[in-house]
Amino acid sequence: MILDKEHAMLQKLYRQFAETEFTKELLEELEETGEFNREIHDKMAKYGFMGVKIPKQYGGAGGDYLAYALLIEEFARVSCVLSIYANTSNSLGGGPLMLAGSEEQKKKYLPQVADGSKIMGFALTEPGAGSDAGGMTSTAVLDGDEWVLNGRKTFISGAPFDDWIMVFAQTDPSQKGSRGISLFILDTKLPGVSFGAHENKMGIIGYPTSDLIMEDVRIPKDCLVGELNKGFSYAMKTLDGGRLGMAAQAVGVAQSCLEEATKYAKERKQFGRRIADFQGISFMLADMATDVEAARQLVYHAAQLKDANSPDATLACSIAKYFAAEAANRCAYKAVQIHGGYGYIKEYKVERLYRDARITSIYEGTSQVQQMVIASNILNKIK
Amino acid sequence: MAYDSSKIEDFKNVWVFCEQRQGVMMPTTFELISEGRKLADELGVDLCGILLGDNVDGIAAELGGYGADKVLVYNSPLLKDYTTDAYTKVICDAVEEFKPEVMIFGASNIGRDLAPRCAARLHTGLCADCTHLDIDLNGYIEFLKTGSSLDVEHMSFESKLFDVNKNLKMTRPAFGGHLMATIVCPRFRPAMATVRPGVMKKRPFDEAGTKKVVIEHPAFQLAESDIKTQVLEVVKATKKLVDLIGADVIVSVGAGIGKDVEKGIALAEELAAVLGGVVGASRAAVDAGYITADHQVGQTGKTVHPKIYIALGISGAIQHKAGMQDSECIIAVNKNEAAPIFEVADYGIVGDLFKVVPEMIESFKAVKEAK
Amino acid sequence: MKIFVTVKQVPDTSGKVAVKADGTLDRASMQTITNPDDLNAVEAALTLKDEYGYKVVAFCMGPPPAEPMLRELIAMGVDEAVLISGREFGGSDTYATSQIIAAAIDHYGIEEDDIILAGRQAIDGDTAQVGPQIAEKLGLPQITYAGDIKKEGNTLTVKRILEDGYMMIKVQTPCMITCIKELNTPRYMTVSGVLGAWEKPLTIYDYPTLQDHPLIDKSTIGLKGSPTNIYKSFTPPQKGVGTMLKGDGKDTTNELASILAAKHII
Repeated sequence: MILDKEHAMLQKLYRQFAETEFTKELLEELEETGEFNREIHDKMAKYGFMGVKIPKQYGGAGGDYLAYALLIEEFARVSCVLSIYANTSNSLGGGPLMLAGSEEQKKKYLPQVADGSKIMGFALTEPGAGSDAGGMTSTAVLDGDEWVLNGRKTFISGAPFDDWIMVFAQTDPSQKGSRGISLFILDTKLPGVSFGAHENKMGIIGYPTSDLIMEDVRIPKDCLVGELNKGFSYAMKTLDGGRLGMAAQAVGVAQSCLEEATKYAKERKQFGRRIADFQGISFMLADMATDVEAARQLVYHAAQLKDANSPDATLACSIAKYFAAEAANRCAYKAVQIHGGYGYIKEYKVERLYRDARITSIYEGTSQVQQMVIASNILNKIK
Repeated sequence: MAYDSSKIEDFKNVWVFCEQRQGVMMPTTFELISEGRKLADELGVDLCGILLGDNVDGIAAELGGYGADKVLVYNSPLLKDYTTDAYTKVICDAVEEFKPEVMIFGASNIGRDLAPRCAARLHTGLCADCTHLDIDLNGYIEFLKTGSSLDVEHMSFESKLFDVNKNLKMTRPAFGGHLMATIVCPRFRPAMATVRPGVMKKRPFDEAGTKKVVIEHPAFQLAESDIKTQVLEVVKATKKLVDLIGADVIVSVGAGIGKDVEKGIALAEELAAVLGGVVGASRAAVDAGYITADHQVGQTGKTVHPKIYIALGISGAIQHKAGMQDSECIIAVNKNEAAPIFEVADYGIVGDLFKVVPEMIESFKAVKEAK
Repeated sequence: MKIFVTVKQVPDTSGKVAVKADGTLDRASMQTITNPDDLNAVEAALTLKDEYGYKVVAFCMGPPPAEPMLRELIAMGVDEAVLISGREFGGSDTYATSQIIAAAIDHYGIEEDDIILAGRQAIDGDTAQVGPQIAEKLGLPQITYAGDIKKEGNTLTVKRILEDGYMMIKVQTPCMITCIKELNTPRYMTVSGVLGAWEKPLTIYDYPTLQDHPLIDKSTIGLKGSPTNIYKSFTPPQKGVGTMLKGDGKDTTNELASILAAKHII
C-alpha cells in the first residue's frame, strides 16, 4: 500500500517526534523507575496525539484508523511502552465512548481525553475472566438513582493514574455467558475505588499496571454507557480496533528489531569480515524483513477495512494482530541471536525489544484467541 | 555622471573592509590585508583599507605593516558601534566615489551583515565565505592541482565571456563542504567577497610599511536620520571564548564522549593542557549540549589548521573534516574502525577514548619530561 | 499585522551527499528538507502569532515539488503559503533571488506593523546573503543573527549575536530579521494541522504575476540577471592514507608519542 500525502505527512510527524523526544535518557528512566512519565504524556497531548482518532466535534483531530495505526507503529519503533501512552485515548479508553456513548457523554468526556488533560482506562479482565468474559464476577446493581459497583479487575494498564475507567460489570446474573454485562464510566476519585500493587512486568515498563478494586462504589445512573446488558458487544467491537493498534505496535517493535540487527551485523566483525556477510546471518535478516513487511501490509489493509466499515474488518484485525505479534516475537528472537552475547545484556536495545515483543502476542487477545476468532470466521464464511 | 557598476573599465584597485570593534582591530583584518596585497600585486594596482569608526586613526597605520598602500579612514560618533545602515551608506558612497575593482570583507557576523547589503545597493556580485582567492590564472591552476580532484592538465580554463586572467576567482565550499565552487563576477564591479576568518595566512609584519602607508580622510555625508536601528548596548561575552583559530594544538571531542560527558571533557582538557592546546568539538557534541558552540570546528563553526589536531570520539562528518583537514598532524581515536575521521588522520587508534586518552596523557607527559 | 517568513527547500547535506562525475551535485538522489535556520524563523513567527495574533505567510522560491514542504509549515501553524515558481527565475544567484522574493513580498503587500523573518543562511549555499539583500531591495532595516526578539507595539528589541558577545538593537516595523538556531526550538506539526494542511491557501506567483513589479526586469533576474557565475566546481581532494596504529594500550600511545617526538611535532 502506498500512503497518500496526508498519511505520509502524519508518518513523518510521528517519526520525527518519536526519534527526537523519546531520548535514551527518557527510555532509561522509564525502565529504571517503571513510573508513568507525565511530562512526555503532556508533550504528546500538546501535538494532538491523544486525539488522533477522536472526532473533531469532540476536540480530536478526526483521523482515521490508518492515521492511528501509523501513530502506534512509529512510536513503538522507538519505544513500545510510549506507544501505549498515545494508544489508550484513541483505543480502549476513548473507543467505547465513541462507539456507544450518548451525545452528552461524548461532549462531557471526550474533549478532555483528546487534549490529554484526563486519562481514560479500560477494565474488562478479571482474575478469573480473561478472554472468556462470561466468567465475569464484578457486579453493578441499581439502587435508586445510582449504580453500586463491586468487584476486582486485573491487569489494568494505567489504573493508578487513570482519571476515568471504562468498566464492565454484570447487570443481569440471570442471563447466561456474556449477555448480562453492561458498560459504565467510573470516576476513579470516588469513595470505594482503590488499586492493587503495581505488577512487576517483564516488559513495557514505564506504564504501571495494577488491579482495580471496587467496593460499594456508587456512581450516578447516567454513567451507564450505551444500552443495558449490551456491554459485551461493545467490548468486542472496541477490542477489534484495539487489536489493530496492538498489531501496529508489533510492527513497530519488529521494524526496530530489524534495524538494530542490521546495523549490528554491519558493524560486528568476526573471522575478518562483518557478520552480515555470512549467509546464516543475512538470511535471518531477510526473514525478518519479510516478516515486517508482510505484517505491516496486513495492518494497513485491516485499517483500511475498518475505515470503510467493511464486515471483513474483524477478521482482518485478528489476522493482522496474530501475524504481526508472532512476527515481532520471531524478529526479536533473531535480533538477539544476531547480537550474540551482547543481545543478552541491557546495554543493547534488542534486550528491551525482546521483552517488549513478548507482550504483543498476549494482550488484547492472545495469539490463540486470535486463532479462535479467525477460525470461527472462516468456518462461518466458507460454506 | 551616474554611477554604473557595469562599466568595469572605470574600476581600479583592491579594497579591504577593516573591521574594528570597540576601537580594536579584528585580527581577521590583517589576514585580509595580507591576501589583498597578493591580489593587488597580481593586478598591479594599489591596496587600500577602508576603516570606519569613531576616532580610529590610531589603529590605521598598523595595516601598512601587512601591505596596505593606503587607508581611508571615516570617523564619526555615528560610526562608533556597527549599524548596517550607517556602514552601508558610508561604504557604498565611497565605492561610488573611488570605484575599486575588488572589495573583500571578513566573513564575521558583521561582515556577513554588511557585505550583502552593500552588494545589493551597488548592483554587483558577492561571493560568501571564500576560502581561496585568485586573480592570476596560473596561481589558480596551481591551487587546483593540490586543492581539488580535477584533472587540471586536461582542462580548459578559457572563457569567451570574460578575461580569465583579470577577474577575481573566488573559491568557497558549498553543500556542507562536499563541493567546492569557484565563482566569478565578470560583468560588474567591484567583485565582492567575504572571506572566512582563519583561512588566509597573515604576512610577516613589516614595520617599514606602517611609515609608508598613506592615511586619508575623505569627506562624507552621514546623518542620524540615515540610521533606522538603534543600538541600545554592546555586550562583550564575560566568559572568555575559546581561541580555536589561533591555537597550535586542538583536542576535539565528539558524540563519543556521550557515555560520560563530564569525564570526556575533563580528559580532553587534560590532554590539551599537556600539549599546550585548547578544546574543540564536533557539531554533534555541540548539538547534544555537551559543550558550548564556541568550541565548534567545521562548516558552521570554524576552520582551523593547528599543528596538532586530536579528534576524540568524532566520527568525521564531512562538515567537520572540511573544518580541520588542513591541520598539520591529525590524530584520531574512535571505537569504530570504519569512522570516516580515519580517512584524514595521520595517526589512528581504534579504541575507547575513555581508555586510550589516559594512556595517551601519560605517554605524552613522559616524552615531554624526557626532553 | 503579518509576518512574512522566507523559507527554502534544501538538500539534506548532513547525510550522504552524492556528487556526479562532472562535479555537480546529484540532487535527485538526495533527501530534501526545510532549511534548518528557516525553521527557527518559522518558530519565531508562530511564537509571535501565538502571543499577538499575527497572520503568518510563508514565501518560498523554488520548483513546484516544494509544495509538500510548504504544507508541512502550514501543519505547524503557518496560515498561508506563497510559492514563487517560474522558469524565468531559475539560475538566480543571491542578488537575483533577493530581487524576486522582495518583489513577491511587496506584491503581497507590506504594512506598517509587518515583520519579515528569514533563516540566517541556507545549508546548501551557506551564503547568508538573501535576507539582507531582500531588506535592501525593500528599503527596510535589517537585523541579522537574532538570538532573541521582543515586541512592544511596533518596536522590536532584538538581541543580535556576535562572535564575542551581543548587541541589543531597537528597530521599528516593518523590518527584516534573520534568525539563528539559538533563537528557539522549532515545534512539530500537529496532528490536526496535518489533517487540514491541504485545505489552507497556497498561492503560486509565477513570472506573469510579478512581471509588472518595478524590481522585476529580465536583466536582473534568473541566470542572465545574476552578477555572479560559477566558473568551476569540484570536489575537494581526499587526503593520503595515514597510519593506523595497532592496539589501544599503553604500548600504542607510547609508540605514538615517540613518533611525534622524533618528527618534532611534540
